[in-house]
Amino acid sequence: MASAFRTLIAALLLAAGLPALAQDALVVASTTSTEQSGLFSWLLPKFEAATGIRVRVVAVGTGQAIDIGRRGDADVLLVHDRAAEDKFVADGWGIARRDVMVNDFVVVGPRDDPAGVRSVRGAAQALQRIDAARQGFVSRGDKSGTHAAELRLWKEAGIDPKRSPGYKEAGAGMGPTLNLAAAINAYTVADRATWAAFKNRQQLDLVLAGDPALFNPYGVIPVNPARHPHVKKEAAERFAQWLTSPAGQEAIAAFRADGQPVFFPNAR
Amino acid sequence: MGHTLGEAFALLASLDSRLLQVVGLSLRVSLSALALGTLLGLPLGAWLAVSRFRGRGAAIVAINALMGLPSVVVGVLVYLLLSRSGPFGGFGLLFSPAAMVAAQTVLVVPLIAAVSRQIVEEAWRDYAPELSLIGLSRWQSAFLLLADCRFALSVATLAGLGRAMSEVGAVMIVGGNIDGYTRVMTTAIALETSKGDLALAIALGLVLMAVILALNAAAYGLRAWAGRRYG
Amino acid sequence: MFPLRIAGLAFAPNGKAVLDGVDLELSGEGITVVLGPNGAGKTVLLRLLAGLLPAGRGRLDWGGAALPSGRLAMVFQQPMVLRLSVWANVEFALRPQALSPAERRRRTARVLERVGLAERSRDSARLLSGGERQRLALARAWAVAPRLLLLDEPTASLDPGATEAVERIVREIRTDGAKILMTTHNLGQATRLADDIVFLAAGRVQEHGPANAFFARPQSAAARAYLQGELPWRLPFAR
Repeated sequence: MASAFRTLIAALLLAAGLPALAQDALVVASTTSTEQSGLFSWLLPKFEAATGIRVRVVAVGTGQAIDIGRRGDADVLLVHDRAAEDKFVADGWGIARRDVMVNDFVVVGPRDDPAGVRSVRGAAQALQRIDAARQGFVSRGDKSGTHAAELRLWKEAGIDPKRSPGYKEAGAGMGPTLNLAAAINAYTVADRATWAAFKNRQQLDLVLAGDPALFNPYGVIPVNPARHPHVKKEAAERFAQWLTSPAGQEAIAAFRADGQPVFFPNAR
Repeated sequence: MGHTLGEAFALLASLDSRLLQVVGLSLRVSLSALALGTLLGLPLGAWLAVSRFRGRGAAIVAINALMGLPSVVVGVLVYLLLSRSGPFGGFGLLFSPAAMVAAQTVLVVPLIAAVSRQIVEEAWRDYAPELSLIGLSRWQSAFLLLADCRFALSVATLAGLGRAMSEVGAVMIVGGNIDGYTRVMTTAIALETSKGDLALAIALGLVLMAVILALNAAAYGLRAWAGRRYG
Repeated sequence: MFPLRIAGLAFAPNGKAVLDGVDLELSGEGITVVLGPNGAGKTVLLRLLAGLLPAGRGRLDWGGAALPSGRLAMVFQQPMVLRLSVWANVEFALRPQALSPAERRRRTARVLERVGLAERSRDSARLLSGGERQRLALARAWAVAPRLLLLDEPTASLDPGATEAVERIVREIRTDGAKILMTTHNLGQATRLADDIVFLAAGRVQEHGPANAFFARPQSAAARAYLQGELPWRLPFAR
């Protein structure tokens, strides 16, 4: 019986099939907005068909994506926090940041809009209205690109958000933040792509969009092989080139989330 | 809720290959971690049961406490170890199923060791005089009692399986939830929830529960059969 | 290791004397049966000899050597029966001995044959009856070819047939050259097996002598009372 027991364990090990150790695919660290909107599942098959390079996407907040790049755990970044991106390159962790596309942030909130955000044009004014009406506002609070953009808008509005009566930090990605806002029927700033693909809207509606201050540029940055010699520098470079090439830009322009375009190519 | 559930069942009816792939990876990762965790945890638990040394009490308390170790903490630790900038970075294991197996193994070992220590120690209490008179070494006694208690020890293994299959924090961090590569049932559920697609999240949750239920039923059946067969 | 001399052996856990100065000399042959009422300290004496309990006071002299390891075996009242095959339940006991695997197999097969469990060697030991379990325990003890075998009430809860089988095996083990020291409450068994009797009461040896002499003319009052208290049970029509 003891031998049968041993055989069982051996069989278990074989059946489980210890996963292969080698990693041969390009690792892209990117943001939840690009992954959750479905952009990557749209773009990657086209990129793989064009180049034969397999891609794996780790979708996290921009802050964490940049940290993953700094540690050398990804080969290339596709993120949206210009200030942090420039610092990443200036510190020598990344090379040659390139513009890829923009999407925009939107302000969403209760359908009956108790703060009256629909009647203003600028995002900063919208935040002032929400603050003045003592309405709820859910912040990402996770050091993501969206969080950084949100904080810039509060600064522009001249308000310290921590003192705003209805301000709450979710400390989570875009989706969970939208879930929270939907649950308590509060305002929040979301990227258009995630909002378009978001299904659990309940009473939430889009209340403001189109302010240039809400534009959200994405950049692609290969990780610097001088710092991390193991990175797949050719594959990373081809990824960056393809995204900014006519083929990549057209693919981005053709992407639809919930029937509408959400990313707009802007490579030069 | 009723509407969401209905939608969930409709999704289940249309089991597609991607869902099957996610389920398959979950099983592969968790069963691998369970196998490794069993190979490490059972001898560790049995050895603790039959050994007497200074600090044994502290070791048992530590192992028992580690049963409650949050999976995110394990995730971050394994992440730092396997990161290219960490001590084992050279293997390039981060964001791979192997990293997930490593993290779940770390989660499962203390659980299996703690439960098996308890079970084997009870047997040891009954048999210690005879075993010591026969002159078996600690390790010989430990392995003999493991063989003796093997059916009771299935509880330890099942507890480990439950912990591995249901945890999300560690695999999310070290696997990266990469579509088609490191996405397992729990991380897929977390992702679909954050996308607000609750129906899909619940459908996946139902699959996860069904899989865990099936594995437990199989283990129960095996144990009942063994009880009749081996007494 | 023989003659084994025991001098002033005492065991008093928590201040309560279980053995209170036992003096005994055992020769290297034959079957010595330890008799005595419940609580006399019979089991404790066996366990002290086996080295399973630390003696409080007194001396054990194993013919000038230390407690011999591997040459001493013990069968407990409730023997350990592992959830393994009958074969494995015997074979593991040979692991600590420096034997080749082939020799281990040979010895295991031989003792199982001699206790009548050869046909059942592949069965799970947990499915054995009480009598078969006791024979299994005897086989395990026999396998190591002990010089001294300690038996603690080996037939305590067995029917007459199973008891007879155990007694036959005990005799064979003695013939193989083992000194046997056993306890029992079965006086018939004692008369059938014993070469000499040690009568233990209140933590002391009251009598030690040849079995015939003990049963014919017990010297101590305690032994007479014990035998009289027990005899009516054995001979219900002898009142």
